[in-house]
Amino acid sequence: MARAVSTRRTVVFTIAAWIIALILFFPILYTIITSFKSETEAIQGFGIVPSGTVESYAAVQAQSNYFKFFLNSVIISVGSTLLALLVAVPAAWSMAFSPTRRTKDILMWMLSTKMMPAVAVLVPIYLIFRDTGLLDSRVGLTVMLTLINLPIVIWMLYTYFREIPGEILEAARMDGASLWGEIVYVLTPMAVPGIASTMLLNIILAWNEAFWTIRLTTTNAAPLTAFIASFSSPQGLFWAKLSAASTLAIAPILIMGWFSQKQLVRGLTFGAVK
Amino acid sequence: MGKIILKKVNKSFGATQVIPGIDLTIEDGEFVVFVGPSGCGKSTLLRLIAGLEDTTSGTIEIDGRDVTGEAPARRGLAMVFQSYALYPHMTVKNNIAFPLKMARTDPAVIEKKVAEAARVLNLANYLERRPGQLSGGQRQRVAIGRAIVREPSAFLFDEPLSNLDAALRGTMRLEISELHHQLKTTMIYVTHDQVEAMTMADKIVVLNAGNIEQVGSPLDLYNKPDNLFVAGFIGSPRMNFVKGEAASPWNAPTVGIRPEHIRLSKEGGTWKGVVGVAEHLGSDTFLHVNAEGIGMVTVRAGGDFPVTHGDTVFLTPDEARIHRFDDAGKAIR
Repeated sequence: MARAVSTRRTVVFTIAAWIIALILFFPILYTIITSFKSETEAIQGFGIVPSGTVESYAAVQAQSNYFKFFLNSVIISVGSTLLALLVAVPAAWSMAFSPTRRTKDILMWMLSTKMMPAVAVLVPIYLIFRDTGLLDSRVGLTVMLTLINLPIVIWMLYTYFREIPGEILEAARMDGASLWGEIVYVLTPMAVPGIASTMLLNIILAWNEAFWTIRLTTTNAAPLTAFIASFSSPQGLFWAKLSAASTLAIAPILIMGWFSQKQLVRGLTFGAVK
Repeated sequence: MGKIILKKVNKSFGATQVIPGIDLTIEDGEFVVFVGPSGCGKSTLLRLIAGLEDTTSGTIEIDGRDVTGEAPARRGLAMVFQSYALYPHMTVKNNIAFPLKMARTDPAVIEKKVAEAARVLNLANYLERRPGQLSGGQRQRVAIGRAIVREPSAFLFDEPLSNLDAALRGTMRLEISELHHQLKTTMIYVTHDQVEAMTMADKIVVLNAGNIEQVGSPLDLYNKPDNLFVAGFIGSPRMNFVKGEAASPWNAPTVGIRPEHIRLSKEGGTWKGVVGVAEHLGSDTFLHVNAEGIGMVTVRAGGDFPVTHGDTVFLTPDEARIHRFDDAGKAIR
């Protein structure tokens, strides 16, 4: 009896999960479908089966150089992630292993900066970028995205490091490991899964960041988010081309996310379920 | 060599004084057990010796060298932690070899020493496994192996057996004692379990609220406790204390008598009482007797002493084994 109930529950939950997943995925799916339609098809109304034309892709590639945007996205997202890790690993390390009475406050304060709407600081940031010559530069954007995502990166690493028992580090200290030896031989190997999933998540966040990337770039440093935006032009909306551009923009991160989903799920639920 | 001298060692965490100032000498080759209830400062004291905590004041000397300000690794000590603290990403072999690698030992020497430690600790078949694939007892042995290969001047054990089940605890107790006989190295062992303290120690240091209550051999502490705390802490089941009017025949405010030093009779004796719970252990029976004018008294009887709940019995304390204590709880001798 109990088994029958639990089987029925499993079935119900599985179906519910599929429905929710499909609803969540549908916009992306429809974007991909639309990208294989012609412009006339796209504005004619709702249709699940596209004609299969690749003319939008050809038009998009002819109109702007996808690979330049792609390269900028890679440089900015990977660059800002590495830079963030460089700052966040030591920060999270010290907060996790030698916390003070203020540690919790500092963490909360860092997180609170994420609650502020980005628009609130648009003008000062824009002026700073203009005056320092960072507008439309990869360096400027990389630094900007590093700063934006730093609180999340520190938080994630902090929760990871907290899971590493202090006694193991003390054992390493007793065993004659220097601070460097402790980090290289003990802490890092134990924290690799945590650092990896933090890295993946941050790359995704940086890749998808659209507010600052669109506002602080024009041509040189523009990543794929700006590439998509450039297709919603004042001349009118070209749905098929916009969809093709979007598909091209999200494809790399979608593929990366697919291959690293196990790592990501582990990273996001770490500490929550123990 | 491993002679450790603590001089006026004091430790405070902020405004809280954990160890008010301890003087203690641990001789080379001794097996010393720090014992006391939880929160008495025994682990802190061990960590001060290890160098994992800084002393607030006072000095720690190892073999005549002042190591108070030195890093843990430079003190020449090895520590076995309660949680074993093995490196989960390394094989047993690499765990044991780690301190040698850190000391840049020649790989051939490492190989030899690890093999020797594995042989002594019966770990030879597990060298390629990871800690996660081992049982609690095996993990504890790896932790000990990691300590042995360093050939330290002293071993520090921080409640190493408290995560093991009772049977394994007994076996490991013997193994550690045996290891001490083989290596003849100073060992400092922290536990809250007075049975471990009694069975393993050459010298027991009883701690209470950061203070040393008494230092002595297990039998010294058992036979001549300096005060009420030690009298109550050492020995199992604990000593019975008789206070007030009932203690007056011995001219002391409090007298203590161990359960095994009370003669039991059904006919007659000094105190009359009614049997409450009787714990039959097979070899012994522990009776909890409600004695008239005294209160609950624990008595050890033979394994086959015929008694049940509600029986009336008579208790006679062994005069030679009576411990007398003054108002401050100090022993009167």
